[in-house]
Amino acid sequence: MRSGKPKLATIWLDGCSGCHMSFLDMDERLLDLADRVELVYGCLVDTKEFPEGVDITLVEGAVSTEDDLRKIRQVRQRTRTLVSLGDCAVTSNVPGMRNPFGPRPALDRAYLENATSRQQVPTEVVPALLAESLPVHAWVPVDVFITGCPPSADRILEVVLGLLDGRVAEAAKVSRFG
Amino acid sequence: MSEVRTLVIDGKDVAATSDQTVLSAAEENGIHIPTLCHLEGLSDVGACRLCVVEVEGSPKLLAACATRVEEGMKVTTSSERLVAYRRNIVELFFVERNHICAVCVANNHCQLQDQARDLQLTHFELPPLHPELTVDATHERFVLDQNRCILCTRCVRVCDEIEGAHTWDIQGRGANARLVCDLGTPWGSSTTCTSCGKCVQVCPTGALFEKGRTVAEAKSRRPYLPYLVKAKRQGS
Repeated sequence: MRSGKPKLATIWLDGCSGCHMSFLDMDERLLDLADRVELVYGCLVDTKEFPEGVDITLVEGAVSTEDDLRKIRQVRQRTRTLVSLGDCAVTSNVPGMRNPFGPRPALDRAYLENATSRQQVPTEVVPALLAESLPVHAWVPVDVFITGCPPSADRILEVVLGLLDGRVAEAAKVSRFG
Repeated sequence: MSEVRTLVIDGKDVAATSDQTVLSAAEENGIHIPTLCHLEGLSDVGACRLCVVEVEGSPKLLAACATRVEEGMKVTTSSERLVAYRRNIVELFFVERNHICAVCVANNHCQLQDQARDLQLTHFELPPLHPELTVDATHERFVLDQNRCILCTRCVRVCDEIEGAHTWDIQGRGANARLVCDLGTPWGSSTTCTSCGKCVQVCPTGALFEKGRTVAEAKSRRPYLPYLVKAKRQGS
């Protein structure tokens, strides 16, 4: 489908989906947004492959696994304006809490100590954890940062509308960690 | 005996007494300088450097809280250079330890978080250190979380200057500096702590908090300190 409208994508890396929930909190304003953009990829779109030529991508979550890293590199390559959406993407936030002691104790805790049956750390299907969970801009250049856990629907909308109008919205200069 | 001094702050003629700091003279005249380690009622140590100002004739920046006013001084409290330094300082605080605002007891009541907001710090360019730090929950009422400590020493000063116990101090230097109880004993086994909780009330972040508080629930009562200082002076 070709609409000629700017292409918007969202992607969910190591986060809780709260930022996507906040995006949905735009409620009826989503209809107005839908008039202005073509949503080409994300949790709400049944497309497997991240498309080429995306205008704006909102990234939720930190880069924590080999899979996250592969995805974000591809997303960056195929996106004009990359937006780190929320504290996990911006600072690594909660996923980064394992960084002081590394991935192994986190895996042991989840799959061995807290497992009630078949205690084993998975090596297949589940992507391997990177040594550190890092913000998106630690791996690829990021154009706009939206802080918050999660950022409010108002701020997300304001930033996206600003980008569609070709300007950096005041909301993109707001620092609101937590 | 203090004498009158006249100086210029941000182009405004200001009169102050010789025992006043640049910070207090600025505040009296409605000129805001950002601070973190400063707290009305405690001595000033210039630990955080957030209040740095430019003084004409001085090649280096001076901490407004630790600089006495002088006759004819010309002070600039805000410039591109000063804002850049202040942003660097706040960023360094964030990346030096593990400040996870979203799950911190002091979320929404944190003065470090407020500074990031005021300076429009939307992300950090410096790589975070992610140090492995301890949480001391041995005291029956309070907790010390080193992950959130910015070494402002407000707790050290309030304990020494107001409570008179001097339970807290700083051990080590630079990035290895740590807040320690007595001579490095667990807080719960301190022989000097009176459990007054003043340190908890003056902490700008979530480093010291009352047990039983969860995310965003630790609201310190920092403005009460001047009343305590007054009460102590009147009592002695």
